[in-house]
Amino acid sequence: MSIFDKFRTVEQRLALLTAGGGRNPFDVMIERPVSSTVGIIEGRDTLLFGTNNYLGLSQSQRAIDAAIDAVRARGVGTTGSRIANGTQSVHRQLEQRIASFFGQKHCMVFSTGYQANLGMISTLAGKDDYLILDADSHASIYDASRLGHAQVIRFKHNDPDDLHKRLRRLEGAPGAKLVVVEGIYSMTGNVAPLKEMAAIKRETGATLLVDEAHSFGVLGPTGRGVAEAEAVEADVDFIVGTFSKSLGTVGGYCVSNHDEIDLVRLQCRPYMFTASLPPEVIAATMAALDDMLAQPELRTQLSQNAAQFHAGLKGLGLNVSQQVSPVVAVTLETVEEAIALWNRLLDLGLYVNLSLPPATPDHRPLLRCSVMASHTSAQIARAVEIFAEAGASLS
Amino acid sequence: MMKGDPMSETIEDVSALIVNKLLANPKVPRDINGSSKIVEDLAFDSLAVMNFVMEIEDEMDVSVPLDRLADIRTVDDLATCIVSLKNGG
Repeated sequence: MSIFDKFRTVEQRLALLTAGGGRNPFDVMIERPVSSTVGIIEGRDTLLFGTNNYLGLSQSQRAIDAAIDAVRARGVGTTGSRIANGTQSVHRQLEQRIASFFGQKHCMVFSTGYQANLGMISTLAGKDDYLILDADSHASIYDASRLGHAQVIRFKHNDPDDLHKRLRRLEGAPGAKLVVVEGIYSMTGNVAPLKEMAAIKRETGATLLVDEAHSFGVLGPTGRGVAEAEAVEADVDFIVGTFSKSLGTVGGYCVSNHDEIDLVRLQCRPYMFTASLPPEVIAATMAALDDMLAQPELRTQLSQNAAQFHAGLKGLGLNVSQQVSPVVAVTLETVEEAIALWNRLLDLGLYVNLSLPPATPDHRPLLRCSVMASHTSAQIARAVEIFAEAGASLS
Repeated sequence: MMKGDPMSETIEDVSALIVNKLLANPKVPRDINGSSKIVEDLAFDSLAVMNFVMEIEDEMDVSVPLDRLADIRTVDDLATCIVSLKNGG
């Protein structure tokens, strides 16, 4: 009996993926970025349609310059957690910027978006509470449910009636009820029906947390996400998100009007026991936020690009997400088909994400694509063409 | 049996209901019973188990917290858990 015996299953599954000379989809290397939309993979220029870099800001000149200045002024790291080793002034500045952007009283910044969900959800929902999750929640939300001690109940994906039914069953049960939904679901691009969810929250007295990781910078008149787009920000108790998508850096946040946020800091293990964000990341994040605010047209362009790509794939007869969002997922029937198509797309110079069950919602594989504001119309047309060529060569 | 009356559903009733529900899925082996192991005998992964339990929840008008699933191995275990939850446990 070896400690590694349990890994044999994954080893076998990986061997199936790479049988016949296919690539390891989890080990694709972008040798270097040429721009936000093109990277060198296997020595070739490759169109990037799988990086979640929605506004293209990972290559923002303003953010690059701010990061360099911050490194020169403050060094490269913080070497510890804010609770144990001290907060730097730039942490406070970033929290104030984010809180002010959202029009909320408080902001708590985390080292990653994953930790923001892990920390907030596991800390807010205590032993005698109920955590009510959308069935298609991100792994960070499921992991939070395991780190915390609340009773965990799933409701059907994006189904307000089912959420209502499950909250009704808990009527009279002691303990708070924390409902967790995502703005845009990362795998499918589905958008949460947040207006209906907010009405249920008001009716039942539950607490509502919305993860806007994929909708921040993407939806809403000023890019605050689905809650802003649906005009229900007043009903959302906690908005969680990440800097690693629309702002192109790394880090997570939670904003709220609840004054107890400062007490959460003292109970939240994924905040307390990890190194805080380094100064250059903070500087780049604030600069990218400036970029985002200065260029609202990026959001309009993103929305047009998403519509062009979605329509293009739909026109090829592919089974694409129903809702149009920058996440465009193509559902395939078999894993073999998905692997072959994904490999062929990369051969032809298009990088997308291969998502396999059980990480996908309904046991079918997905080719998950993400569109950027910085994609040109010609690049999107070429990506659609590559899908057509790859499909034709395999049929 | 009156639906909604917590005392009216026995473990055997619920177990039979679960088996019937499982048999509606053509991929499930035909020879299952109350002592069949959900993961090993039915080859369900963790997501399939959660999704199947969700179907049973609707049928029984009860919510099974995810932490309870950790202790459930067989169809009868699931039935016992549901009856206990319906009785307020």
